[in-house]
Amino acid sequence: MDFLNAIVALANFVIVPAVAYGSQLALGALGVTLIYGILRFSNFAHGDTMAFGTMVTILVTWWMQSVGIGFGVLPTALLALPFGIAVTALLLLGTDRVVYRFYRRQKAAPVILVIVSMGVMFIMNGLVRFIIGPNDQRFADGARFIISARDFKEMTGLQEGLAIRTSQGITVVTAVVVVALLFWFLNHTRTGKSMRAFSDNEDLALLSGINPERVVAVTWIIVAALATIAGVLYGLDKSFKPFTYFQLLLPIFASAIVGGLGNPLGAIAGGFVIAFSEVTVTYAFKKVLVYLLPESLEPEGLVQLMSTDYKFAVSFAILIIVLLFKPTGLFKGKSV
Amino acid sequence: MSEMMKNTLLFAAVAGLIVLTGFVQSWNSALLILNMGLISAIMALGVNLQWGFAGLFNVGVMGFVALGGLATVLVAMPPTQEAWAAGGLRVIVALIAGAATIAGAVLTYKRMPKGRSRTVALLAILVGGFFLYRWLFDPAVEAIEGVNPAATGYLGGLNLPVLVAWPVGGLLAAGAAWLIGKTALGLRSDYLAIATLGIAEIIIAVMKNEDWLARGVKNVIGIPRPVPYEIDLQQDPGFVESASGLGLDPVIASTLYVKLLYAGLFAVVLVVLLVMAQLALKSPWGRMMRAIRDNEVAAEAMGKDVTKRHLQIFILGSAICGIAGAMMTTLDGQLTPGTYQPLRFTFLIWVMVIVGGSGNNFGAVLGGFLIWFLWVQVEPVGIWLMQVITSGMAEDSALRAHLLDSTAHMRLLTMGVILLLVLRFSPRGLIPER
Amino acid sequence: MAEPFLIGDSMTGGYGNGPDILHDCTIAVEKGEIAVIVGPNGAGKSTAMKAVFGMLNLRSGAVRLDGEDITALTPQARVAKGMGFVPQTQNIFTSMTVEENLEMGAFIRTDDISDTMAQVYDLFPILKEKRNQPAGELSGGQRQQVAVGRALMTKPKVLMLDEPTAGVSPIVMDELFDRIIEVARAGITILMVEQNARQALEIADKGYVLVQGANRFTDTGKALLADPEVRRSFLGG
Repeated sequence: MDFLNAIVALANFVIVPAVAYGSQLALGALGVTLIYGILRFSNFAHGDTMAFGTMVTILVTWWMQSVGIGFGVLPTALLALPFGIAVTALLLLGTDRVVYRFYRRQKAAPVILVIVSMGVMFIMNGLVRFIIGPNDQRFADGARFIISARDFKEMTGLQEGLAIRTSQGITVVTAVVVVALLFWFLNHTRTGKSMRAFSDNEDLALLSGINPERVVAVTWIIVAALATIAGVLYGLDKSFKPFTYFQLLLPIFASAIVGGLGNPLGAIAGGFVIAFSEVTVTYAFKKVLVYLLPESLEPEGLVQLMSTDYKFAVSFAILIIVLLFKPTGLFKGKSV
Repeated sequence: MSEMMKNTLLFAAVAGLIVLTGFVQSWNSALLILNMGLISAIMALGVNLQWGFAGLFNVGVMGFVALGGLATVLVAMPPTQEAWAAGGLRVIVALIAGAATIAGAVLTYKRMPKGRSRTVALLAILVGGFFLYRWLFDPAVEAIEGVNPAATGYLGGLNLPVLVAWPVGGLLAAGAAWLIGKTALGLRSDYLAIATLGIAEIIIAVMKNEDWLARGVKNVIGIPRPVPYEIDLQQDPGFVESASGLGLDPVIASTLYVKLLYAGLFAVVLVVLLVMAQLALKSPWGRMMRAIRDNEVAAEAMGKDVTKRHLQIFILGSAICGIAGAMMTTLDGQLTPGTYQPLRFTFLIWVMVIVGGSGNNFGAVLGGFLIWFLWVQVEPVGIWLMQVITSGMAEDSALRAHLLDSTAHMRLLTMGVILLLVLRFSPRGLIPER
Repeated sequence: MAEPFLIGDSMTGGYGNGPDILHDCTIAVEKGEIAVIVGPNGAGKSTAMKAVFGMLNLRSGAVRLDGEDITALTPQARVAKGMGFVPQTQNIFTSMTVEENLEMGAFIRTDDISDTMAQVYDLFPILKEKRNQPAGELSGGQRQQVAVGRALMTKPKVLMLDEPTAGVSPIVMDELFDRIIEVARAGITILMVEQNARQALEIADKGYVLVQGANRFTDTGKALLADPEVRRSFLGG
């Protein structure tokens, strides 16, 4: 029984949150890695793109809530999501047209594009703060739990409860669907294959008659979808605050680099590696150990390796270790 | 128009803007802009050294600036005797144990042959070291933070003159830069960017959470100043007399006088650093740096140790940012880790360097002043603009209220637009590299 | 003499705004024949071929395909006109499967490509066997087959090959040459640059010896092989 309790506690406080967080990071990292693969630069504006998409979704959600449109037990934000994606896609396509295309034609060095993306980051960050403000916004509605801790205890008779929040369930399901769609698109459609071809060998892709502007446009649209979905899921799961989204840049980039920049599969793996390490290292294991160890060995402290304030240090440490020992990432990424 | 003329005019124009602020707003605001402009110019010099000279993409400026700020506390605040007695030694021992663990792990990794025994040894050192460190560290921290937490609860500093903190801030930043450079230089440029971005966040996290070090988010206030206090000046009959001789109110005169003293100190540092940076740029070392930047492969083929050179300049540039950070905290008189924001302390400095002209020291300095001026003045201009825009709306319009409330965020937007415009239409900046 | 099927006529030009690499150089090939460009290193062999394909700016001269002036067309437009090009390096999509490489080769086509793909597989049976493997995992000779197969997917009238045998073993080289002859027999005109001058001239209907961006010798492959001066200077005796 104690063993089961320990497993449930572990699942409740480590596995479930880490899977949800990992899915969010994976979606974010997929966006970063796609831009890197096709446009060949690290997009510093990605966190703020996520914030922008989420903001639009929140605004539409509020409007829906005010006119009484709901989604039953599911959060209304899911209904608003397509609008958020559409507006973000328009913004990104507009940005590409006004900003990035010029440098692409010039064949500017990747680092110049990174600096340009810094400028875009400022603007998007300002836009988001200007429209919705810098504060925390909650927009989740619908049922809060799929299984609450109390129901679980009643069902199983265990001392420990396992709570799965609706947002966590939705995150995982959505992430699986989105990733499946993305890989189907990349591997089985003509446009998707042309994107992979372009990422693999730009000159040969041009020679084969692949239209670069079309590939770039499709990439931005997909990135808009990925960023918005990742942002909305993160916001539903935690809360929406523009600055937090900017800070997500670090774990997201860590995920993409750890997995191998430019490699979509790597981005997903990287997202889960980072999420699990972050949650594991910052979780206080006392609760789990109490069940597993005999009373005499029970730990006094929290058995927390690091305080949660240092979660960024975890992604950072993993990033550095991977870069030192396997510079192209766990899955083979590309290097410019 | 000669280049010299153009550059002089540019500097004169920025000076004119600041003087105009003095006439239109107040001399106090003008001096505030001047002082932070001087500090910003120094930060821009540091980033320009890294980016303009060597092409290193450092987006961790905030971290180095914050370390400089930490230095002022560690140097200038009085030590908390009780806290030292409670656990000072133990914390030091714990930190040494932690450092020794990492050093031991690195040594083991380098010395032992690859294989299972090395993995086991590494794990043993790391896990054992970690538990030893926590065993030493945790009780000491608890004891220190328990000492009068409302006022101190930290170890305090060395009670030295605050000016000593400026070079010390540079040293602290240099030390951190050495650590990062050792691991991340030699990797691709965007990896260095992410690594520096990460280290800056970690430095801020440490400063926010390690209360025993510098009180964390409880802030350290009342850091000693290198210049007299306004209140003392106002009570100094000599000062009051000379102030009234100039026809000034003693209160205003004292604030202006103090700010002018700061400006003088900062200007000395800026000039010294600028001269050094110019000499470095023109020296064979500077030429080599730029040669490396322009063609790393060729430079390497000519036998230049690119990574070592990069490490040198990365440390130097970061140290300058550290000095500037110490100066800024000295000016503020307090260390508030919660106020360090990457957009303000990292990316804004980048805007300064790019707008001013990367690769040109004078450009970086000009950019520092100009962008800081804009950063400060965008807000009042934005409020005015919004009032004009919303003047046609009803008094109680929600949109109007929202627009007026949001003007503070115009800054970021404006900076982004400026950066993009400069990159597009004048990518070499106002004073281009020669 | 009637106009050749493909001719780069008196071409002069270089890359971007750089110095001229080609000086009044003429390369032509008759329908269904094999033309080979040979010459010492740095003679401008690849450049001449790239000029025919529109990858550099011509200051003077013209390129005509089947009587039509295509000098102003981009490489992509020339692909649409029926020219296929196999670059010397990076000529496959390494992360994609063999079959996907062929599909990408046919990207501009909107009709059914399965017949063409079957023809390519007939020509290179090993590719059919490995069609679901990433092309980057294949051996050097197999990669070259993928590269040629990719270019054939547009059903080109002319196939241009830039040193197709660079870096492959002599046995593989012989096999590749056999395949190229087979392609030519199927009615596809072939223009190629070769480092291995002797073997290339043996299969060539027409040979061009370039030196410093200009034509030095032009004749049938056999005649060039027999020419003592060509042998002495360019074929190592």
